[in-house]
This record gives sequence, C-alpha cells and structure tokens, in this order.
Amino acid sequence: MSFRSQTLLWVAQRASAAVLALCVFVHLGVIIYAVRGGISATEILGRTQGNALWLAFYSLFVLACAVHAPIGLRTVLNEWGAWRGRGCDTAMWLFAALLAWAGMRAVMAVTG
Amino acid sequence: MSGNLSVRVWRGRADGAFQSFEVPRYASQSVLDVVTHIQRKLDATLAYRYACRVGMCGSCAMTVNGVARWTCRTHVDKVAADGRLEIAPLHHLPVIRDLVADMREFFDKWARARGSFRGTKTRHDGFAAVSPASRKRRAIEAGIECIGCGVCYSACDTVAWNPDYLGPAALQRAWTLVNDVRDTANPERLRAVAGDGGCGACHTHLSCTERCPKQLSPTAGIAGLKRAVTMAALRGTL
Repeated sequence: MSFRSQTLLWVAQRASAAVLALCVFVHLGVIIYAVRGGISATEILGRTQGNALWLAFYSLFVLACAVHAPIGLRTVLNEWGAWRGRGCDTAMWLFAALLAWAGMRAVMAVTG
Repeated sequence: MSGNLSVRVWRGRADGAFQSFEVPRYASQSVLDVVTHIQRKLDATLAYRYACRVGMCGSCAMTVNGVARWTCRTHVDKVAADGRLEIAPLHHLPVIRDLVADMREFFDKWARARGSFRGTKTRHDGFAAVSPASRKRRAIEAGIECIGCGVCYSACDTVAWNPDYLGPAALQRAWTLVNDVRDTANPERLRAVAGDGGCGACHTHLSCTERCPKQLSPTAGIAGLKRAVTMAALRGTL
C-alpha cells in the first residue's frame, strides 16, 4: 500500500470518528427521548419503516462504522498481532464489507 | 544523608539479569554517581556510557526504576525515597552490554525521516532572512533543542509495538526541517514521515512529552506533521 493510501486511511478513520460521534449522540438521544413514556417495538417500526430520513441517518451510521472499525482493527493487528501486509489488508477489506452488509441489512429491516 | 542504597543493575545482554550492589548514599548524589561508584569501586567490568555529566550530551540516558532518564540530572533523592534503585539500559533498543544500549536503530530512523538539512545556497550566498517571530521559525524553536538522548524513544509504547515506527525524536526533527524555509527536501521528507511507520502511527500517548528531559513536546511536532502529511495526501503531492 502506498504512503498516500496509508495516510488517506488515517484521515478516513479520523473523519469517520467525527461522524460516529454525532451519530451516537443522535442515536442515544432519540432512544432516551422515545422510550421515556414507554413504546413497543411495533410502534417503533411503525415510525421508522418507510422513513427516508431514518434510512439516510442509519445508512450513514453503518457506513461510518464500516470505515472506522476495520482501519482501527488493522492497526491493532499490526501492532499487537504483528500481522502486517497484504493478507491483513485484504482481511480488513472483507471485514469492512461484512460490517456494511450486516449493518445495511439491519437498516433495511428497520427503515425499508 | 547516610546509609546505603540497594542498587540492582542490569548485567549482560538482552538475556542478562540484574545484579545487586550496596552503594554508600550521599547528599546531592546523582544516579550517574551511583553507577560510577559501582564501576570504580565495586566492579570494574560494568559497562555504561556518559560524557558531559551536566545534561548537555544525553549519552547517560538509562532506565531508572522503570523510567527513562538522564542519570546525570537525576538525583537519587528524587527517585529512590525508599533507598532502592533499579538501573537498566534504555528500553526498545538492543543491549550491547550492561547499561549500554545500541543507538544505531534510533539514529538510523533520524536518517530515514530525512532528518538532515538540505539547502541550495553556498558559502558565497548571503544569509537567509528568517524572522524570529514568524510562525514557522517559532515552530522550529519549540523542537530544535533536542539532543538525541533517546529518552523519548525509550518511553514510547508505539516504538515497542511497531518496529517500523520512526519514533518521537526523528519525527520532531523532521518537523523542524519541514518548517525551515531554507530546506528543499520537503516533498520527499513528507513521504518519509507518512504512512504506517510515520507520524500516523503515533497514538498521542504523550509519554515522549512527559519524559523529555528538555521539556520539549515531540507530540506537538508529530501533530504538525500529521497536518502537513494529510494536506499533502489530499492534494495528491505525497
């Protein structure tokens, strides 16, 4: 991997961390606000399904996770597992794809 | 001040062991005084390194009670309140023998970080006019006093985890040159300090800044490099 690509990964992880901070704040805030009077799963799904705003918000959340976590895990594996090079990078691309697929599947189930 | 110090000193190479000595305790005694006493009075085969004895050369850096320090500037009273000292070579560097660490890797990384000045002027040209108040000159001022003792390198966790990591001193040196308006090696220097072994590997633990005997902040220099390398990567000039 080129130095530029390595640097862009570093930038992507910081940028996705900023997005995640905002998403976690909104996510937890909405949970606390929504459940304060008691709400069932059916009622939640009734409000989220077909809602383009929640679809966009949770899609962004999932994509930020799919960017952030594999880059961080790559560093952990590099430093603590001494696993470096193409094999590790390929595994992290697959991990990113898995996170994006599983996350988007959940998003579509809740908002689709 | 009287009595004895119980001193454990590293002997041998990486597979060596600590050896215990009893050393008389004096007022205003430095850790280097203790090591020198052992070598001159108790065991002449002890290997250690020092030169100036006054905190100018940085060659007497060792690990004292688990912390990298200049031994010449460390008073025993400050680190051995209970009368016990454990003295070892600097961490994260190969051990040549006893308290002598092999500094080649440390200085080789300075070279890999393009830590030497490259200008275009000759002795026949005039002096470059650099305002002491300029932002770049002040950034240099904050890091230029590094004497290459290796304490920050020894204190850095990332150095232990990532053998390619250039380390705080080399990166700080690169940062001073990045800010030097006379230097012409910056495109390749930014490439040298980018990537997995460069400034991006720093986790900002601040151990280097905490331990630097000169009270410099390599962390701040590395942060500057992160900004410079990021901008170069985004512009496509890295």
